Amino acid sequence: MASHPPHDPKSVSGRELAVAERTQLLVIGAGPAGLAAAIEAAELGLSVVLVDENPVSFKTMGDEVPLHFGQAMSGQALNRNAMMEAFIASEPLIEAAFEAGVDLRLGTACWGLYTNGPSLGWLPGTVAGLNDDERCWMLAAQHVVVAAGRRDMGLGFPGWEKPGVLGATAALALARRYGALEPRRLIMLGSSTEALAAALALREAGHVIAAIVEQAEEVVGAADLAAALREGGTDILTRHVVREATGRDHVEAAFVCAIDAQGRALGPERSLACDGIVLAVGATPVVDLLDAMGCRIAFQPERGGYAPLVDGDQRTSLRNVFAVGDAAGLWPDKTRDRAIAEAEGRRAAAAIARDCGVDDGRVVAAVAPPRTPECDISAYRLAWVRASVVEARAEFHVCQCEEVTAREILEIRPPRYLGWEDERRNDRSLSALLGDAPPHPDQVKRLTRAGMGPCQGRRCREQVAALLALGTATPLSSIPLASYRAPVRPLPLAVAGQIPEAAEQSEHWDTWFGMHAQWRPFWEVPALYTVAGNDAAGPVASE
Amino acid sequence: MEQPKGASVVIVGGGVTGLSAGWWLAREGVDVVVVEKGMIGWEASGRNGGGCSHHHSPLFLEEQRLWPQMDELLGYPTEFSPGRIRLAASEAQMALYGRALRNAARQGFASDVLDVEQIRELVPLAGDTMVGGYFYRFGGHANPHRTLQAYAWALQDHGGRLMQHCAVSGFKTQGGRVTGVETGRGLIACDHVVLAAGPQTGLLSALLGQEVPLASARCEMIVTEPLPLMPYGGVDGNGLYGRQTLRGNLAYGGGPHEWLEIAGHAAPAKPTSPLMGPMARRLAELLPKAAHARIIRSWAGVIENTPDGRPVIDRLDTHPNVVVATLSSVGFGLSPASGRAIRDLVVDGTCGFADISTFRLGRFAELEPNWRALQGWQVAAAEAAAA
Repeated sequence: MASHPPHDPKSVSGRELAVAERTQLLVIGAGPAGLAAAIEAAELGLSVVLVDENPVSFKTMGDEVPLHFGQAMSGQALNRNAMMEAFIASEPLIEAAFEAGVDLRLGTACWGLYTNGPSLGWLPGTVAGLNDDERCWMLAAQHVVVAAGRRDMGLGFPGWEKPGVLGATAALALARRYGALEPRRLIMLGSSTEALAAALALREAGHVIAAIVEQAEEVVGAADLAAALREGGTDILTRHVVREATGRDHVEAAFVCAIDAQGRALGPERSLACDGIVLAVGATPVVDLLDAMGCRIAFQPERGGYAPLVDGDQRTSLRNVFAVGDAAGLWPDKTRDRAIAEAEGRRAAAAIARDCGVDDGRVVAAVAPPRTPECDISAYRLAWVRASVVEARAEFHVCQCEEVTAREILEIRPPRYLGWEDERRNDRSLSALLGDAPPHPDQVKRLTRAGMGPCQGRRCREQVAALLALGTATPLSSIPLASYRAPVRPLPLAVAGQIPEAAEQSEHWDTWFGMHAQWRPFWEVPALYTVAGNDAAGPVASE
Repeated sequence: MEQPKGASVVIVGGGVTGLSAGWWLAREGVDVVVVEKGMIGWEASGRNGGGCSHHHSPLFLEEQRLWPQMDELLGYPTEFSPGRIRLAASEAQMALYGRALRNAARQGFASDVLDVEQIRELVPLAGDTMVGGYFYRFGGHANPHRTLQAYAWALQDHGGRLMQHCAVSGFKTQGGRVTGVETGRGLIACDHVVLAAGPQTGLLSALLGQEVPLASARCEMIVTEPLPLMPYGGVDGNGLYGRQTLRGNLAYGGGPHEWLEIAGHAAPAKPTSPLMGPMARRLAELLPKAAHARIIRSWAGVIENTPDGRPVIDRLDTHPNVVVATLSSVGFGLSPASGRAIRDLVVDGTCGFADISTFRLGRFAELEPNWRALQGWQVAAAEAAAA
């Protein structure tokens, strides 16, 4: 009879995760909010590691990671050293962070955050997976501040896959931080304060904003910004959409057209010469790390869509995890005044210092919460998707990685590579899939593959959600967030494989549960099973 | 969907086992309702490697007979692809994986032993890291999500009903029979009940006085960006299970699991952990020419096991019109056959195509009450929460 170990050796029980380094505070993102948090915490005497993936490599940008760069990088982006210098020069607080003693690492991405919870208990606390170009390692942090910034919802139209169609956040990063935005003459879609502020910043960086295209009847953002753009010669075309982007190797023109209140095209199209089309119809917080680690995320229109639930100290639903800056929610005032993001950072740092027993009596002002949004973002984004995607004059790929059209998403069609041509019973609508429940993007993506590609859904996830809302006549806010999973940045096997493992784990590694009894052929199975009678050390041959 | 007042058979659990059973029943015209607390296939059924090669099981012959026909039978694609290659990085792995050959040969299925040269031909992403391998001339793999949905749609095509987001809270019994299933949306009267509720099967069967002993664990998988298709997608080994999907992604899992305490009926959280790293290293060893491929997702599933890791498909002694079914962490590939076995138990009272006596619940009659502790299936998450 075999003796039984106190722990299942094939389980994680008793395993130690090898962490390469430890810190009191990890800050992710070296924008205004992350830098302010890191500097404040370092001044309060905490050990602070601040990571930022920028400048990401030209190749990574080409993969549309972490933003929708739309192949709009100029050759300048090939020179990593120049990019690094430009990145540092473009943000005065970076120098201040070095001076404050922050352990600042640029070109270092955080691809995963993990912490123990109801279904996970073997970690030594909160840990972060980090990598640079060659290395991958785990860092243990007592506290984490996520300042991962914003990104833009994608919006498709025929030709939107052409180089030169990119997100506003990506355009701003290329133009302002690196001077590496190739297109000079731009058309911008959207007229929120975020869009208008981006347009002005791009103009300031030397680009021409030929037109703002807006499906709504009026400009939705701040009037003073719109006026400033008009004065600079920008056409503002309301009740218009881009019907198609044309050009041989990249965008050379946008065909625009007036629409009616239902988003249907009216009348003649006209061609506007441009070499870039900037998508600015929905800036949204980057919540990938927060969602994947289990922070509560909710659709908060006043914060730009799905955003973490935070308290007055920017604390998320996980006690030692904080969100600051655009990642915690973005709204017009915050977009126009970086002091709000910086104040959030300092507020979080002060709370963390108190948690660590450090309190030098300084008072950090509370941050004003967002005001009522300037428009109903749910209705606004749905109207854009209806006018641009649903009413499009030709089919195109909403999910560019997996080449899935809007119709294929709404009809839940199997991917074309399966060659499934049997139409016998292909009457499966979205509602037949769903029953009574709101459609879940995760369910739809598993069947259609929309959002399953290497860009990790960055360009299509909001469009897919909007299509499901339109397809079922439900508000955008009722469509659940498509789940995020680590690694939230694509990570090569050879790099991820550098995470070390304990010798004990290697010794006991098994394909499945490592249970001898499970794989005994049925003709050898005894009539009764007891633990005492089981040969727990017997060979395990899974299928 | 409107709450049905009654059905001949109520199946609790919209996983792959419950849906297959529902489809087998519905295609014969049996009035069947599948009740699922969340979304179909959201637990273990949607989170596995998709393998269909279970030579140790009494359902093996039926599994092998059915898979090549499933697309046609269901009317929807499952992405089934035949053939399976298992590679070994050491002589120890070679010996271990070789046990499959004896099992399969005994049941009439052939396999080939592969040398390094043959591996290079059959597996373009392999390098010289493997010492040998096996080619099973049986089995294969399918896409779990697509298959799940295919069962559900086929069930509906035959008039079966599916209720999602509808939790079961109890049963109405009379004279040793269950006469109704209590749900969040009211009572559904029934002639038969099938409990195929994954981790919740233990709790639900306990309500009927005969608990199926179960413990649940969290397991993880990783998936890469697509790579050029290999001639056979079903390539695994080196401590991993998984496949190259028909899209070209490498989807693999393996390594330690984490035992959990499932409290109540709520769906458990399914976080991943840094085990992604050791999985990635083994996958890069298995397929060195894919070492540059980037992981784009990982995921976890919560999976139930009986004390011996073997299925229970049986009628309850306390309530003979209740069939309990758990495939004990090896359910996807066997699902075409397990659904048919459940159909047989419900309709005929006994399985007509295979001897499933080893799936009887009675084998645990002398099981130690503290079996879980004796087997060392400790819950780390609970200890962490209590600390």
